[in-house]
This record gives sequence, structure tokens and C-alpha cells, in this order.
Amino acid sequence: MMRLPAFKYLAPHSVAETVLMLSSEGPGATVVAGGTDLYPNMKRRHQVPKTVVSLRRVADLRGTHAGADGSLRIGASTTLMALERDARLKAERPALWAAVRSISTPVLRTMGTIGGNVLLDTRCNYYDQNLEWRRAINNCLKCEGDTCWTAPGSDRCWAVNSSDSVPVLIALGARARLSSPRGHREVPVESLYRDDGISYLTKDHDEVLTELVLPPVGPWKSHYGKLRRRGTFDFPVLGVATALRFDGDRVAEARIVLNGVGSSPLRCTEAEGFLLGKRIDPETAKAAGEIAFRPAKPLDNTDFENAWRKKMVKVYVRDGLLAAK
Amino acid sequence: MAPDPKQPPFKTVGKSPRKVDGMAKVTGATKFADDLSMPRMLHCKLHRSHVAHAKILAIDTSEAEAMPGVVAVITGKTMPIPFGILPVSQDEHALCVDLVRFVGDPVAAVAAVDEETAFEAALKIKVTYEPRKPIFSAEAALENPEPRLHEYGDEGNVHKKISMEFGDVEQGFAEADEVFEDTFFFEGNTHLPMEQHATLAWRDPDGKLTVWSSTQTPHYLHRAMSKVLEMPPSRVRIVACPNGGGFGGKSDPFNHEIVVGKLAMLTNRPVKIALTREEVFYCHRGRHPVLMHFKTGVKKDGSITSMACKTLLDGGAYGSYGVASTYYTGALQTVTYKVPHYRFDGVRCFTNKPPCGPKRGHGTPQPRFGLEVQLDKIADRLGLDPAEMRLRTLQPANSVTANYLKIGSMGLGECIRKVVEASGWKDKRGKLPRGRGVGLACSSYISGAGLPIYWNALPHSGVQLKIDRGGGVTVFCGETEIGQGSDTVLALCVAEVLGLDLLDLRVVVADTDLTPVDLGSYSSRVTMMMGNAAVQAAERARELIAKAVSEKTKVPVAQLEFAAGRVFDVSDPTGKTSMSFAEAAVIAEAKWGTLGTVGSYTPPPSPGRYRGAGVGPSPAYSYSAAVVEVEASEDTGMVQVKKVWVAHDIGRALHKAMTIGQVEGGVYMGLGEALMEEMTYRGNRFGVHKFPSMLEYKSLTTMEMPEVETFLVEDPDPNGPFGAKEVGQGPLLPMMPAVANAVYDALGVRVDEIPVSPEKVLRALAAKDRRYGPKGFPVIPMPPVTKVLTPAQGGTGRATEHETQAGGVRS
Repeated sequence: MMRLPAFKYLAPHSVAETVLMLSSEGPGATVVAGGTDLYPNMKRRHQVPKTVVSLRRVADLRGTHAGADGSLRIGASTTLMALERDARLKAERPALWAAVRSISTPVLRTMGTIGGNVLLDTRCNYYDQNLEWRRAINNCLKCEGDTCWTAPGSDRCWAVNSSDSVPVLIALGARARLSSPRGHREVPVESLYRDDGISYLTKDHDEVLTELVLPPVGPWKSHYGKLRRRGTFDFPVLGVATALRFDGDRVAEARIVLNGVGSSPLRCTEAEGFLLGKRIDPETAKAAGEIAFRPAKPLDNTDFENAWRKKMVKVYVRDGLLAAK
Repeated sequence: MAPDPKQPPFKTVGKSPRKVDGMAKVTGATKFADDLSMPRMLHCKLHRSHVAHAKILAIDTSEAEAMPGVVAVITGKTMPIPFGILPVSQDEHALCVDLVRFVGDPVAAVAAVDEETAFEAALKIKVTYEPRKPIFSAEAALENPEPRLHEYGDEGNVHKKISMEFGDVEQGFAEADEVFEDTFFFEGNTHLPMEQHATLAWRDPDGKLTVWSSTQTPHYLHRAMSKVLEMPPSRVRIVACPNGGGFGGKSDPFNHEIVVGKLAMLTNRPVKIALTREEVFYCHRGRHPVLMHFKTGVKKDGSITSMACKTLLDGGAYGSYGVASTYYTGALQTVTYKVPHYRFDGVRCFTNKPPCGPKRGHGTPQPRFGLEVQLDKIADRLGLDPAEMRLRTLQPANSVTANYLKIGSMGLGECIRKVVEASGWKDKRGKLPRGRGVGLACSSYISGAGLPIYWNALPHSGVQLKIDRGGGVTVFCGETEIGQGSDTVLALCVAEVLGLDLLDLRVVVADTDLTPVDLGSYSSRVTMMMGNAAVQAAERARELIAKAVSEKTKVPVAQLEFAAGRVFDVSDPTGKTSMSFAEAAVIAEAKWGTLGTVGSYTPPPSPGRYRGAGVGPSPAYSYSAAVVEVEASEDTGMVQVKKVWVAHDIGRALHKAMTIGQVEGGVYMGLGEALMEEMTYRGNRFGVHKFPSMLEYKSLTTMEMPEVETFLVEDPDPNGPFGAKEVGQGPLLPMMPAVANAVYDALGVRVDEIPVSPEKVLRALAAKDRRYGPKGFPVIPMPPVTKVLTPAQGGTGRATEHETQAGGVRS
């Protein structure tokens, strides 16, 4: 059996206490919520924090709060299962609900949290392996090595952002609230990410994600399409969130966000611009797919062949636009 | 109405009583190997090679040994005697001695007070290697005879070459109206049992060794353990715990089992090892990757005039069952349809990857895929219905094939008719909307191998019965419960004969000290062989009891009936003169003394006498047919199986629910192989396994599992217990070709390669010839062919030319 390495476990009762602990423990400390990402990583020894600060006892990070204006605040420690069982979320923000429901398996959604999925460690078939396996490739750039085996000529890490919720949150215009010993700040979810498989987050190590704030849905229509080999369990090898706002039958505003094809979520701005003022019909949707597919750069570090995954961007953007209409 | 002799009024057979291990399984009471724990127990961890091919120059264990909590560290030099499942392939060491041959090959072992310490200590072992050129494919093995992975084998890195011809294939091709040639590839895949291998070893105060393990073959482990540890078998006891799934992946004696045996002897403390999932991938012994070429001559009505089949197997780093696997890629092509002339050329290579071996279907699913897809192409070209074409060319019951396999009952025709009718085949094939299609395929499998793995003239299965004066019956047998239900079948066979409730029996199994030998849970042999042995033991017990009761009651033996836990005089319809089984047992014990009987089973001899004739013969052959309906996307190439209709010729279903469960389990595993399972490695990245985890090695989840409609065809086989044949492996085989054939019906493309992944479907759609698959088969110089005249030619079963020395491999 694979065992966890030894670590110090802290269980604060408040956000303020959490950030102080993180700050005083230094960069060797990390936050754990559901543990479904962190603990397997620790067993594989590619994340070996000296200190783990648990959010389990921080009660005010759990639950959703609907604003009078139709906005929605989701506590970062809200479990994915709680969101899946949220009838209002399903009715009002079906794309987010569908994305949450597509994450892993029911058992893991019972433990896993929305905050954990937003901050999910980037993934790669050269990185998500046991310590002993990684020794056979002399480790990789993301963990104790000096080569990115996905692209050995490259000087960066190409691990993949594999969150299902992130592209939808971005397409819905969500913002993230962060707390640190220096206070609070609120940023667009999109700005949490960096196109780098190693330091894939822009937040400081002692900053805690406390809340996701979604604006009122208004006239927006949205959809999430997830490509994976099996109907459960698997991470996305491509996630496509599409959100459209219409003026009559013409697109007034469009957001297309891809995930699973790079180290950060990818906003398809060119395809979004192309759609403005157009009706969504099969031809237009297909044309937008052709545009969106160009900047996607899937590499050989997830399930499926990368060339096929790139082709699938066309199909999923096309279908996503037609479904969101 | 007179009872139908084929359907006697069974008491238990054919029903679905609770399994004897059912309550323990569902309440979590079953003790799997990893559930075992003993006082003062140490934990073992293996240090595995992180290079694919290298010479071991030095091993430094000093740092590991110095760690607090570490009790022992051993390397290969403590166990220099090699072992292996086949006598012809004794090529493994408990820990590598001179060479490491794949990433994951075990080099050293640590025993420590806890798992964490053992893990850390194993990391501290330093091995100095001299790298050798690694070989990662069968083609590369053919091209690179040096450096050799092993000193033995047919040549270079070729482990085995086989060339056999039955009849005259060229004459058969000359008689054909058309000759078809196709090349196929079947990627390797692994068993993926839920339970990871675990073993606990204990040296008792007398210095005897007891080993509890998740093994399918305690008898073969007993032999290997005794050999490597140089201990007489009488001082070694192997207990096979109930396996949490085996599928062939726990059929070899394994390094870790022998290592903990050694460590227990050295430390005088119990030592346990529980493998990680990654390590289970390194144990492997799964499906060989096989490149195949089929040349088949047919008449216009689709009847086969001649067939020549070539296979190239990527065997991985060790022999395992590989020689038998290679023979099996050529053995069973002849048992489904009439093949008057048949040639087989098989080659197995060594490569620097975990060893391949027997997985459910052992060597036969790959050629079955090729054969059944080729038949679909033939039917298509000849304008015939693939189902009707097959029905016209069936190998008859009670016949001998061109390669001297003796067929008994043969229900394939009935199987085909069942699935064709139930699926609406005639209304669907070629008539569904684009993207939707149906495919049909058939198969056959052995009900146990006719010969044991090592040469001996002894029974393949033995059963002992002990009957106590309270009427209790204990059944002892070396068989191993791997989830397939063998404990229940054992009890059921005895219960049927003695008229008892099987839940009142006690079974004691898989313990080399307590139970007579059964060769193991492999080759679909257990129901056939253990079942016959159990019936024999039970019939002997019934005879003893009946004689004693008859003597006392003056009721003739022939008039005594054992049923409902009682012994009846059938001439007394009131039942008033009946007595309980316990009363009868007391009478019998008073007459005979302590009551015990034995039964055993040895398969009938096979008519084949040529070298290589040891692989393929079986007491009986099961048959299966399936139709699958798929939805295949032109946009993505993704294939979804919507429904499966499968019919299986079981001879007789001893336990209906378990039989259907086995069929559905086979369908599940077969669909995983058809659609996604791949045991693949990164040859350009040091030969690491691509993804040794259950997340990234893809197998079906419940979301992909379609509805399965199962039909059991029951035409009792004279050799089977109550007429039963196998079900554990056969129903898997039609899945892969049926899926590929259905994709053709849906999209008009041929994917001649397993798995049928979306990438391949899209490539086939884009290809000029609407096909994706291997381009050709390499030219491989073969040894002189062993020529055998077929029974139709008046052959004797012996080779006419190039007969070499006797003693070919057996399985």
C-alpha cells in the first residue's frame, strides 16, 4: 500500500487563523480541503508539504449564498456533492452544475471541494506517477528534475490545467475572493492562472481562496462540454465552456473558454470576436470551432493522442455553441 | 412422462442457491491476503529497477541496513536458483542476479517494522548498473539478436518459434474460389484485478514455512517456493487466500511471494508484502501484444478450404506461460468452423517490458479477433450474411479437427441462432442509420487443458470427503476461489449427489497441507476437473452409506434415494421409512469405520501425438456467439456499445446466476479490451510503463457497460460433471471482433487493430482504403515445419516429417 509521508497537521477554526498559520509556517505549508487532490499527490511524493493546514473546521467557508440581485457566492470549502445537490444551481447555472457533476466520481465529489477544483494541481502523465516511476525518467521539471518530458526541448513545464469548474466559472464571469495576512482581494477567476505548469497560480502561498462570486445570470446562456474517454472518473482532456448573450437572435457577447489543452485555461478571444453580431447556426458554429482550435496546443501528456485532441476542439466548440444557443 | 435423460430431476444443479462464500463476501468477513496480520509481523518492500535493461555491477544496501527499524535487506545472491511456471522457461529469479530486464524488475528487498520504514529503506538501496541496449518491441527483438535478454530460447531474442502444418494448405488454397489475406494487431492489456497481490509468510517454531498468498495456483507456487528456498515440499505450506480477482494475473509464482518466504525464514518473524497498484502492473503476465497474418481460402458459399495463420508475440522480459501462449495463438482456430487444411507459424520474442502471460482467453483472443473479422470481410465480399455463412461451415459435434482436437458437444449453431434472433440481426445489419451498426462474432474455449504444466501422470484434481457422525460433510480440495465461484461449485457437486443443502457443507480449499492437489484456477479447468473429482468422491460416499443403510433396512441399494438431507426408500411414497442423512451416516460409520472418500480426475488422452500437440486438447470445448450494437461518431471516432446479445454453450449450467455472472463479466472485460485497454510503454522515455494506475490505464466503468442479454445453451457434454463445460473465459472472446465488425456496419471502416480507439476510427475514415491497421507482417525465417496428416487424410496424429524429440511444452 502507498503510505503518506510524515507531516504536521494544523486545524485552524477561522480564515484569519488559517492565513496566519500559512504565513508563519512558510512556503513548506499547504492548505487541504477535501484532500482528493493533495493526499494522492503526497502518497506519490510529488507534493511533500511539511505542514498541512486543514480547512475542515473553518465553518464559514462552506455553503452558498444567493444575493437579492441574482448573484451567487459559493464558499470555497463547499463540497462538489453539495453543489450537485443544489437544485437552484442546476436551474440557474446548468453549465456550472454540469461541470461540477462531471468531476471524478460520486465518492470523490463527496470529499472534494469547489475551491480544490479551482486550484487543482496541473496534471501530466510524467508527473502524476509514483516516486519510483519518476526515478526511471530521472524526474521531471515540475518535480525534482530538469527536463520536461512532454517537450524535452522546452525550458518550461507543460502540465495541464484539468479543472472542470474553471472554464465555466470564467465563462460566467466569476470572481475569486482571496484572504491573506495582508487582507482581502477579489480578482476575476481568469486572473488566478498563469501559463506555466509549475507556478500555475498567481496567488501567494499564504493566500487562501475563500469564495467564488458569480454575477447575476441575466440573459446569458451557457454550456459545458467535457471530452474524456469514460463517462465518469476521468479528468477532462478537453473542457469547453461556452457562454452567449444575445441581442435579438444575434450574438452580443460571447465567451469561449477551453481547458485541458494547456497549463492555464484558454480564452478563445478570436472566435468570440468572430461571433459578434452573428446568428448561431451550424455553419457559424463550425466556423467558430475552426478559429478556436488554432491556438489550442494539446501535448502528449494526457489520455488520447494530442493531434486527435486538437481536432476535437473544433467539434466541441461547435457543439458547445449550438448547445448554449 | 418419462424424464428426459438430458434433463434429470436435479436437486441443486441448475438453480441459483446462495454462494457458500456469499455472506462472508458481502459482510466483509472474507480474509484476503492483505487482511492477514500476525504478531511481530514485518513489512516487506521491494527495490525495483528503474532502468529497462542493464547489468547489475554493484548493490549497496548499507544505508538501508543502518536505518532504525530495518530488520533485513536481501539481494538476488541469497536466492540463486531460478524458477518459472513452465519447466522449459525457468528464467526468473526472486531478485535479479545479474541483469535487470524491465523497469520494475525487483533487485533487492527490505523487511522492516512498518511499511513506511520499509519504503524509505528500499529507496536508500543504491544499485550501480551498466546499461544495455533495451528492446521494446517484437520487431526490434527480431532485428536485434544482441544483446540477448536470456541465454536460452530459440535464437537471439526470439524465445520460441513454432511451425506446424496439418494437411496441405497449398492444395487447400488451390481449391479455393477466393483467397483472403489480412493483417491484424492486438495490443497488450492487463488483468486489472481489484485486489492487489499480497503475501504473508511465517516460519513456525519447527522451522516449517507457511505462506498465505493471493495466488490462483498454490500447487505451482508450492513447487517454486520449495525449489528456490531449497526446502522439501513437506516443510512448505501454501495457502491460497480467496483472490479478489485473478483473470490469470495470479497464476505464476511471483518474486514477492518467494522473497517474503525467504525473509520469514531469515528473520524468524512473519513477513508480509502488499503490492501497490503500480507493482501489479509490473507483475503483469497479461495479454501478449500480437501481430497476426491470416491467409484463408474459401469457396463461394464461404466454406473454408484452407487457412494459414502467422503470429508474432511480444513476450516481455520473461518466459512465464509464453511458450504455451504462443501455441495457443494457433491452437483453437480449427474448433469453430471446418478447416480442412491448416498451417500455423508462431514466434515469441523477449523484450524489456513486464512479462506477458495468460489473461482470460490465454493466447486465443488475439487470433480469434483476426479470424472473426476476416470472416466478416469474407462474407461482405461474397455477399453472404455473416451469421448464415458461419452456420453453414460449423465444425460438427463429436469430431476431430485437422489439428487433432477432439470435439464433443458443440452448441455454436444454437448460440448463433439465439443472438441473431434476439438482436433483430436480419433487420439491423446494413439497415441502421449511418453511425449505428451491428456486428457478430463467435468463439470457443477449452474446459481445462488436457495436460498439466509439468509432465506427470497424476490426477489434475483431487477431492476428499469427510463425513462425521453428526451428518456433517467436509469437502477438501486444492482448488482456489478467485471470485469465479469454485467453492460453491465444489459444494454444489457434492450436495447434488448426497442430497444435501450445499450451505450445510463445509469446504476446505487451497491449502497444500490440508487439501489434495488441484492444479489451480486457470485454463477454465476447475468446474470440469474438480467437479468430476467431487462427483466421484461423493458417489463413493453415497455408495458406502447406501450399502450400510441397505444392509440394516433390507431396502435394496438401487431403491435408496438421497434428497432433502434424508435417505428415502423410493418404494415408500409416504417417506415414513426415510431417515436423516446423519442417521444414515451413523449406520455407515458403524459398519465401515471412520467415513471418508476420495475422488480424482485426469483428462482423457488426446489423439494428437505431434510435437506441440500438448496445447489445445481439452475434455470439452465451450462455444459462444455474440451480436453487439454500437453507435460510432464520425465527428470524434468514439464508439459506444449500446447493447450486447451473447449466447454461451455451457453444456450445463451448474449454478445459473454464477454462470450468467461469468458471461457478463467476460463481456465486460472483452469490451474493455475492444474499446480502450492498452498496456503501453514509452520506448523513447527509458521504457517506462505509460500509466501504471487505475485512473490512466482505461477500463470500462459502469457508465460504458451496456445492457447484456445472455442466453445459455445447454447441451450436456459427456465429459463434464452433470454435462457442464467452461464459462470463465469463452464469452470474452467474441467481444473484440464483434465490436470491430459493428463499427464497419456503422461507418463502413475497418479497424484491424485492438483497441478500436477513436483516433483509429478517424484515421480509417480519412484513409483511402477505409482501413486502419498494420501494413504487413515481417519476413521471419522459420524452422522446418512439422507436417501432420489430418484425420481426413488418414493421419495417425503423429508428424510425418521433421518430428523432433518428444516433450513439447504443455499447459
